[in-house]
Amino acid sequence: MNLPIYLDNNATTPMDPRVLEAMIPYFTQKFGNAASRNHHFGWVAEEGVDYAREQVAKLIGATEKEIIFTSGATESDNLAIKGVFEMYKDKGNHIITAVTEHKAVLDACKHVEKLGGKVTYLPVKEDGLVDLELLEQSITPETILVSIMYGNNEIGVVQPVKEIAAIAHKHGALFMTDATQAVGKIPVDVNADGIDLLALSAHKMYGPKGVGALYVRRKGPRVKVTAQMDGGGHERGMRSGTLNVPGIVGLGKACELARLEMDSEAQRLSALRDRLEASLSELEESYVNGNVQYRLPHVANISFKYVEGEGLMMAMKDLAVSSGSACTSASLEPSYVLKSLGLSDDLAHSSIRFGLGRFTTDEEVDYAIEVTKKAVTHLRELSPLWEMFQEGIDLNSIEWAEH
Amino acid sequence: MAYSDKVIDHYTNPRNVGTLDKSSHKVGTGLVGAPECGDVMRLQIEVDDNNVITDAKFKTFGCGSAIASSSLATEWLKGKSIDDAMAIDNMDIVEELALPPVKIHCSVLAEDAIKAAINDYRVKNGLEPIELEKSHH
Repeated sequence: MNLPIYLDNNATTPMDPRVLEAMIPYFTQKFGNAASRNHHFGWVAEEGVDYAREQVAKLIGATEKEIIFTSGATESDNLAIKGVFEMYKDKGNHIITAVTEHKAVLDACKHVEKLGGKVTYLPVKEDGLVDLELLEQSITPETILVSIMYGNNEIGVVQPVKEIAAIAHKHGALFMTDATQAVGKIPVDVNADGIDLLALSAHKMYGPKGVGALYVRRKGPRVKVTAQMDGGGHERGMRSGTLNVPGIVGLGKACELARLEMDSEAQRLSALRDRLEASLSELEESYVNGNVQYRLPHVANISFKYVEGEGLMMAMKDLAVSSGSACTSASLEPSYVLKSLGLSDDLAHSSIRFGLGRFTTDEEVDYAIEVTKKAVTHLRELSPLWEMFQEGIDLNSIEWAEH
Repeated sequence: MAYSDKVIDHYTNPRNVGTLDKSSHKVGTGLVGAPECGDVMRLQIEVDDNNVITDAKFKTFGCGSAIASSSLATEWLKGKSIDDAMAIDNMDIVEELALPPVKIHCSVLAEDAIKAAINDYRVKNGLEPIELEKSHH
């Protein structure tokens, strides 16, 4: 076992060596511009891109022509939201999303508001799921788009996408999903789920950084988005810019591997995740955040009450994890996702996200359990709040000096 | 952002962790910060008849820099007179621990904790609390 151990696979994943191998020729021998239609070099590059398009489409049950390559999920989210808003503004100006979305979606929606659009940010239930009734009530005749993420990046909850899509369609709105964390991890099928637009990224599924895709439905209905990047009219006019051929080839290979290995991998990871969660739940006053039934197989988000996340991470030496606490003067605010579940600020500050991945071993998880238990115990010995809790003092009865 | 060696040292081997008898008239207790903000410090001093701090203990809920700041504060307090303790400035802590700008509030909290402990001691012993500047965080 090599230290440190990487358990932050929701932030990014290491590239699978098989992906790298597929990419390498496209940097040197097969370096052509996929848009060069008149010579061998262009054709070879285009062939690589076409094959990748098929690999991506196959993973999500789409057709090749529905895949628009981008620089990543942030760009895909922006293109989908701003592009739909511009394209359908004669139809309406209202978009519905949720408060737990990734910043790429939330900030694209803020931009739409600046352009005169109206956006509803749905709250979520305590388990992180969207309330379907509330969603339906929020739809107006002006609603053109409902954008709800597939799986959440912080807590891993998986939204009832199919039901959400059905509600959107019933009222004539399009359904878009940021599926960055879900694609390649759990089965995602744009037709079975009723998805009109879907954002995905390569680097969350063992592919390279800087490349992603936007799925744009072509049939029933034919969806269009206004380009946000002007230029040579690549990607059916929706995203100009010379294609990142090696990156796209890598994304394709990553999608193929994910499709072939998803079932066994999801099983292996959820078993590991369950073991991690069960062991850490043995610690007093530890709480698993988010719905534990509808969720991604590889994420565990746990709050260890009375210790602060950033301090805890420092004690979890040799473990690369992530915390919902950000103790910097710029942002004393803990995770907005955890807060939107109704978690108190102190519990949100006490949270740790463990993100397992393809290369996580049993041995590493066992080590992580041991280190985390020790760290929590050590920090509780240092914690005045833990001492008060042990003495039966109600922390809410104390007048804290907010700062 | 990497932590300085001194922060890591205090964090890994915190000095003077513990609890003094807060009901004793010789003991002053300062409890500052708030759980919602992600840091709470409790700093206690024990003072002898000559106004000299003979013991200091802390417990902190917070990040590594907050823990290190309070650990360092207890180390500095021991053996100091109350007057000298009052003079400890948060920037001394910043300098000693090489705290980056985003962690300065941890040192501010430690200074606040020292002053709160001294005032608690003063009030317990029939003295006026010292008027404190409004905390700047």
